Amino acid sequence: MKKVLMKGNEAISEAAIQAGCKFFFGYPITPQNEIPAYMAKHLPKAGGRYTQAESEIAAINMVYGAAGCGARVMTSSSSPGMSLKQEGISYLAGAQLPCVIVNIMRSGPGLGGILPAQSDYFQAVKGGGHGDYNLIVYAPSTVQEAVTLTMEAFDVADLYLTPVMILGDGILGQVMEPVEFIPPKKRKLPKKTWATTGNDGSRPNNLINSLYIEADVLYERTLAQYKKYDLIKEKETRYELYNTADAEVIIAAYGSTARIVKSVIDGLLEEGIRIGLIRPITVWPFPYTIFEEYASSDKVKKFLTIEMSMGQMIEDVKLGVNGKKPVDFFGRTGGKIPTYDEIKGKVIEVIREVTA
Amino acid sequence: MKTVFEKTKGLTDKTFHYCPGCTHGIVHRLVAESLVELNVLDKAIGVAPVGCSVFAYEYFNCDMQQASHGRAPAVATGIKRVLPDSIVFTYQGDGDLASIGSAEIMHAAARGENITVIYVNNAIFGMTGGQMAPTTLIGQVTTTSPNGRDPLTDGYPINMSEMLAQLIGSTYIERVSITNVKNVKHAKKAIKKAFENQINNKGFSMIEILSTCPTNWGMTPLDSLKWLDEKMQSVFPLGVFKEVK
Amino acid sequence: MKKVIFKHDECKGCGLCAAVCPKKIIFFDKSINPNGFHPATVDEQDKCISCGFCATMCPDLIITVRKEV
Repeated sequence: MKKVLMKGNEAISEAAIQAGCKFFFGYPITPQNEIPAYMAKHLPKAGGRYTQAESEIAAINMVYGAAGCGARVMTSSSSPGMSLKQEGISYLAGAQLPCVIVNIMRSGPGLGGILPAQSDYFQAVKGGGHGDYNLIVYAPSTVQEAVTLTMEAFDVADLYLTPVMILGDGILGQVMEPVEFIPPKKRKLPKKTWATTGNDGSRPNNLINSLYIEADVLYERTLAQYKKYDLIKEKETRYELYNTADAEVIIAAYGSTARIVKSVIDGLLEEGIRIGLIRPITVWPFPYTIFEEYASSDKVKKFLTIEMSMGQMIEDVKLGVNGKKPVDFFGRTGGKIPTYDEIKGKVIEVIREVTA
Repeated sequence: MKTVFEKTKGLTDKTFHYCPGCTHGIVHRLVAESLVELNVLDKAIGVAPVGCSVFAYEYFNCDMQQASHGRAPAVATGIKRVLPDSIVFTYQGDGDLASIGSAEIMHAAARGENITVIYVNNAIFGMTGGQMAPTTLIGQVTTTSPNGRDPLTDGYPINMSEMLAQLIGSTYIERVSITNVKNVKHAKKAIKKAFENQINNKGFSMIEILSTCPTNWGMTPLDSLKWLDEKMQSVFPLGVFKEVK
Repeated sequence: MKKVIFKHDECKGCGLCAAVCPKKIIFFDKSINPNGFHPATVDEQDKCISCGFCATMCPDLIITVRKEV
């Protein structure tokens, strides 16, 4: 297929349609508005249906109902709206329903601002809603990667029976880049025999539910869920290594921020300074092992986490590094995007400390 | 001998967990019988609420989904979008529908969702132990209105049927009760009509069933029926509030 | 053959059936069922007119009614 120039939000939408998403439940909030608009326009042509909900709360519960019937279904929102969706996401996780949820992050807390941020990291990877659960959270860095991961997210959701989140930010949502829609590698997916589709008596009644009033039953069910999470950690953890060989300083950054970091790394390399980047592609499951590996290397002196937040992923980086090396931080938040020069300045400061 | 009355196949064999004299069981029966008589049990997908009737999913003999508190109409919307030929109903109490879920029910009606809503109003939060609901009567004593509901601090009861009838999107809205044999038989007719509307793609129907909560009202089951007839009905009058032919 | 049959073990003794019985033949047994209630019962089966009022009001659906034809 030919490359086409698309805005991130629209490319994510088209990827979902090509992945077989048939139902989308939307609610307006900046900076993700192109997703519901694209879905409203293009989903019916693909035999699907767009529904505008009265709130993010309603939208996520519509996702629950539709996913419970076995359909491929998606919703999208941005930070304040994601807060409203958390109850529903907890229920989706509890009922083990597959779906795809897109968060095009803006700045917070509260109404915050409409400019890009990465300050929903904790909400995305540490639960967000109540109870013991996790989501698979993809953090694409380019529009192309957002397309690839969105297409794959539907398969992964169906395979593990879990909601999957695409965690982007206002930059990714709004930027235009050339993209190609290549279907992901085929996975063997289980039949949705559990879906509520009406029962003609040929099977027991199906039930979509997260209530287990007997402690023993809920305990066992949660253990089974966490066994599944172990499998996800083993099979689905993804990251990118960039220029890490022989680097004394390793930067940890994800999503849009990682792109600016890459430019800084390239620029420094031209000046003869070698630093590396570990870019988590799945922020849950988080690639702790690779951080531990690099932290154990004598070559590596220091880690530097760079985020568009006051420091959230740094906690996971520290868990990976496990005290073996110092972990420094540089962040911009509130809708301020860290510039090339700001990041470069911080990196040079860290390099000086290391070589001093 | 001919059997003139037995438990419907629209319900499972599971014994109801409801308190003695609680009228949820009667309403369950009317819904299940309607589905069987209209020959749509095999196409039915029910949505259970949060509250006393959360375990409705164990009683209705069809596919079921359990929704978070108040969100059953949104869940039902999701189901109906995917399976437009299925018969989708929500079963909600007044805490669920009139309090936390007031937005979801309002917009499901406004969208004209082709679903059937069974709204059981007993003027109190039952499952959590008898707290004041939006439907609690002025002066009614609950655990959170120990001196009786005071309009100065607690406001006034919400009449959901009257409100939803105002929306262009609603098709059929009726309030019924189950305090005697005649009322129960009429309630059955209304519930059945609400499902017929859905089968005929007529749009949003809601039947509000005034119901009792002897345990949290602190009355015997029989006194509860009397209180419903005398007190509740004066605030929540029975009748058809909307019927688009 | 009995005209009105109660599943005694599932009765909660609420009394809605007895209150609507036009023949006033429903009473509460001295025995206590597994749920701890005195179950509703009918001894005078011949007086039952199979009207079904008791079953119509029973919230626990424990009553089956039959009619002579």
